Amino acid sequence: MKITPPVGWAESRGRTVSWWLLGPGLLWMGLLFFVPLCLVVVISFAGRGTYGGIVWSFSLTNYLDLVHPLYARILGQSILLAAVTTLLCLVMGFPLAYYIGRAAPGRQGILLLLVMIPFWTNFLVRTYAWMFILRTEGLLNTLLLKLGVIDTPIELLYSNTAVVIGLVYGYLPFMVLPLYVALERVDRSLVEAAWDLYATRWAVLWRIIVPLARPGVMAGCLLVFIPSLGAFLTPDLLGGARSMMIGNLIQHEFLVARDWPLGAAISCVLILFVVGMMGWSLRAANPLSQREPES
Amino acid sequence: MKQAGGWLWRVSLVNLLFLYGPIAVLILFSFNASRLSATWQGWSWQWYRALWANQPLLDATANSLWVATVSTLLALLLGVGLAVGLEGLPGRRQRQIEQAMLMPLVIPEVMMGVSLLLFFVLLRIPLSLMTVIVGHALFNVPVVMIIVRARLRKLDPRLLEVAADLGASYWDALRHVTIPLLRPAILGAGLMSFTISLDDFIVTYFTAGPGATTLPLKVYSMIKSGMSPEINALSALFVMVSMGLIGFSLLLQRR
Repeated sequence: MKITPPVGWAESRGRTVSWWLLGPGLLWMGLLFFVPLCLVVVISFAGRGTYGGIVWSFSLTNYLDLVHPLYARILGQSILLAAVTTLLCLVMGFPLAYYIGRAAPGRQGILLLLVMIPFWTNFLVRTYAWMFILRTEGLLNTLLLKLGVIDTPIELLYSNTAVVIGLVYGYLPFMVLPLYVALERVDRSLVEAAWDLYATRWAVLWRIIVPLARPGVMAGCLLVFIPSLGAFLTPDLLGGARSMMIGNLIQHEFLVARDWPLGAAISCVLILFVVGMMGWSLRAANPLSQREPES
Repeated sequence: MKQAGGWLWRVSLVNLLFLYGPIAVLILFSFNASRLSATWQGWSWQWYRALWANQPLLDATANSLWVATVSTLLALLLGVGLAVGLEGLPGRRQRQIEQAMLMPLVIPEVMMGVSLLLFFVLLRIPLSLMTVIVGHALFNVPVVMIIVRARLRKLDPRLLEVAADLGASYWDALRHVTIPLLRPAILGAGLMSFTISLDDFIVTYFTAGPGATTLPLKVYSMIKSGMSPEINALSALFVMVSMGLIGFSLLLQRR
């Protein structure tokens, strides 16, 4: 029997022709994604006109402005809220991913689907659902009052707690999926060997399963942390006046304050953060990804 | 391990309840007769009927459908081209381009909205439904590309060799072999992209001009101006439509 070499569909043929297929897509993405991003970087060094326009000059003023305690606080708070969200997602998602990874193959698909479906439904509407639940006259307070747990409604909405709940709710699927992929690959015989050698449950978890699932943990954390850090809608709807995050600050500078260069500078800081984290995680995960068979 | 299994199942169940509880609550209370929406006072369709009579809402729906349709067609054209075209490149180059194309899905959406806004304004392109369509086609191209590529990799490359042996040119093979085999994936990708477009708020928020109100923008302004049972009904409809479309799309991708 002839063994076909692992060539891609159509790889051996028509390399010149394929540019006709690739060209429009590449051009489109280049023009509308990469060029605008570069524009943001350029504008971040420009100045602001009296009426909100852009003055083409080169200065670092916008970046120096960011050292202001007000901005630094928002930046710090965003990182904190995103970190707490990531940690909560990990703690909640790990057992779920592990459970799915150990389920029968037929059930795995259904369970994964169940995790993914909420992610595919409207984010705005899902955030609104939490407003409905958490607000002072909301479902939770109504229930607690009826049950006599509390006498006066508790203020849950418009707080950092509400923001974290909303973020965890929105991004939990991002954590579960890569964790599942990593956990499903863990060689079951290694776990059994550990049991045979009288390892405790914690030892099996911390010394066998977690190290082997590390690439999944890192990918999951990254996939949760990045959108949480740049979140706009969740803090906008669920957060209070003091729950502003970077995304809200950017929106505010662009649409309300009309200070575009400053908004662009904040955006650049966010991009740097995201790119830096991705680079770091790619490097950290590299030795493991090298061993994966090429598909 | 039995004990640990039971514990795992309970935690997983809590997770799933957390994911579905709020959606279920929203749908249930959209049928609530009471205006004070958190106490149950019997079933009613009145909030759905109120939606039907709300003309601005219907206009926004029409806008949303138009944007989703056009941006999906655009994304399909570009995304399928990218997916098929990439296969002709050497593996290293393929991965580089693929990773670059996935960037829009990784960076925070606010960034995409802001950079597009800047781009349009600097080029003096007035914001309108057209700019919204462009923005949606931007994040949907990678979505289409991923789905179609996943399917492409499952196809048997020998089918193309057979086509070549029978005298088919590259374009003949594309038209008569590759595309027909990809049809379920293309349909699935189209539905997925349509749903994402219908749902998108952030990129739309930054790229929509005056009068270019889509449904999520309308929902947002309704939420901002105060809670009402109509929003519950609208949200419930939204959730059910997205879920239906996504379910259908996943079914197509599986085939």
